[in-house]
Amino acid sequence: MSSGNQQPVGDGLVKWIDTRLPVFSYLQKEYAEFQSPKNFNWFWNFGAILTFMLVMMILTGIILAMQYQPNTMLAFDSVERIMRDVNHGWMLRYMHANGATFFFIAVYIHMFRGLYYGSYKNPRELLWILGVVILVLMMATAFMGYVLPWGQMSFWGATVITNLFSAIPLIGDSIVTLLWGGFSVDNPTLNRFFALHYLFPFLIFGVVVLHVVALHVSGSNNPLGVDPKGPQDTVSFHPYYTMKDSAGLAIFITIFAFFVFFAPNFFGEPENYLPAAPLNTPAHIVPEWYFLPFFAILRSINFDVLFIEAKLGGVIAMFGAIFVLFIVPWLDKSPVRSAKFRPVYRWFFWIFVLDCFLLGWVGGRAPDNLVFEGLNLKVIHLGWLATFWYFFHFIILLPLLGIFEKPKPLPKSISAPVLGGGSAAASATAKPMEKA
Amino acid sequence: MSDDTQNHDGHSGSRRDFLYLSAGAFASVGGAIALWPFVDSMNPSADVLALSTVEVDVSQVEVGQRVTVKWQGKPVFIDRRTEAGIAEARDTPLDDLRDPETDEARAERPEWLVVIGVCTHLGCVPLGQTPSEPRGEWGGWFCPCHGSHYDTSGRIRKGPAPLNLPVPPLAFLNDTNIKIG
Ligand code: HEM
Ligand code: FES
Repeated sequence: MSSGNQQPVGDGLVKWIDTRLPVFSYLQKEYAEFQSPKNFNWFWNFGAILTFMLVMMILTGIILAMQYQPNTMLAFDSVERIMRDVNHGWMLRYMHANGATFFFIAVYIHMFRGLYYGSYKNPRELLWILGVVILVLMMATAFMGYVLPWGQMSFWGATVITNLFSAIPLIGDSIVTLLWGGFSVDNPTLNRFFALHYLFPFLIFGVVVLHVVALHVSGSNNPLGVDPKGPQDTVSFHPYYTMKDSAGLAIFITIFAFFVFFAPNFFGEPENYLPAAPLNTPAHIVPEWYFLPFFAILRSINFDVLFIEAKLGGVIAMFGAIFVLFIVPWLDKSPVRSAKFRPVYRWFFWIFVLDCFLLGWVGGRAPDNLVFEGLNLKVIHLGWLATFWYFFHFIILLPLLGIFEKPKPLPKSISAPVLGGGSAAASATAKPMEKA
Repeated sequence: MSDDTQNHDGHSGSRRDFLYLSAGAFASVGGAIALWPFVDSMNPSADVLALSTVEVDVSQVEVGQRVTVKWQGKPVFIDRRTEAGIAEARDTPLDDLRDPETDEARAERPEWLVVIGVCTHLGCVPLGQTPSEPRGEWGGWFCPCHGSHYDTSGRIRKGPAPLNLPVPPLAFLNDTNIKIG
């Protein structure tokens, strides 16, 4: 960053600081004057919501850590003590536990938004990739956090997930022993998960900073997916979007608060209120809802593929389901960003959303359960179908649609009336004067 | 910069390049070696390893009864098998097995089967230790997590698990005492 060529902002102390460390002019430039497309819809609220959730998770987490004991003998009771004896402990813990759920709700909406409006396309590929990195770190953080209360689901979830690595040929078992620090999930495991659970949110914070820096280089995408052509297409971030973001955030927090105060265990698993019992597996092990689609993909590969055993195949498919998100910018060959102008992709997008819900549903049910009496249709069959479609969508459909789909005509600019015929084309050339 | 490093004496691949490359190589190898203690510290520590044997008195276990003991944080199933159970395990042709192993190799003394009670799929504890629990289609153990069935020799017969329940290292100290580990 070059120094000195920017006029310091404010006066008095603010100016004194800004001349020496240009934080205020940075804020002014990147968060106040920052030009954003004027046509954002409510789906553009989720960035602000996610930032808020991250800060809230870190705050409640640090306060919980002051009372929590990362030791197998004490962990469960220390969480119960937080719930019963610590002032407001129940609220802080319910905020943290439900916060993870709402964090994931927000991040999934944020990502589906990106998929619908083509926000991952040139020049925002790296921005998208950083987002997927954040998702992966969030998953690791939430997984390790869920182990901390040391209930039955904590213990068995940790056992099943760490055992996934044993599927890796040759070195798998050594990796699992290394993760555990012993011969099973035990005290060393709990200890290191706590250390890492404390660390990872700060890594996430770092990647979020990079994510936002990348955003401020390329600028935001918008519901039409066409670049702003000039000042008539944008508004300054403050006060327009600071206000809109605040309004959306208030609604989101209201819903969040409803669950914290009136249904705090709605997303939870009663089994996790039983202390971990290493010799006694609960009848149904289910992960938290936000992992269910991936869990379903893991379990759907219950057959060997060539020389790859079912167990390894499931693990590859599950990690593949996340990995494929990294390469979406190169799988989707269509030059048009917004699904608004992609008549075929638009349908497949919604089918894909349904597919993800179907995977989530499958992930929460025992594979051999019948879906319909009469028909011999089992949950696992739907799992196969939904898993197939997940990969088919990304690997086959996206590239093919880019070639065969005929997009609708794009508006010449954000301000130009959509599909306004001749006048739209005319006004595009007269861009500096245009106001619509 | 590139001028004086590359063509200092008229040809590239100079001694300076060699120094850069070898210094870089040494630094990376050294860095990797220095990292090892950090990683290895996460492996089982001496005190964890020290808890790695247990002795069990099985004189109270009756024929047909199964007991669970804890070894290295994991459940170990001890099964005093019935004649029928033994016969079933010994008569199974190896071709029927996913992970072929004879019962003779797994149970040195036919009456006593000792296996680690951790499903080889993803590590749940299979059911079947008490008469009220399901034992699966082969009368051994049944893992409820993803439906693996084990036979009376603890061998995998059906379901996603790839391997038999492992037999831990063991020694019969005398007729009633088993040392595991
Ligand atoms: C990315 C942000 C974070 C996520 C997604 C997350 C997620 C979770 C989850 C899912 C749980 C289990 C909740 C339960 O069922 O009780 C948990 C527990 C916990 N987390 Fe976090 N966490 C985050 C940040 C933090 C931070 C920064 C700390 C600071 C040390 C922290 C400390 C704790 C503690 C002490 C517990 C155990 C107490 C409890 O179970 O309520 N967390 N976390
Ligand atoms: S862990 Fe036993 S079947 Fe999956």
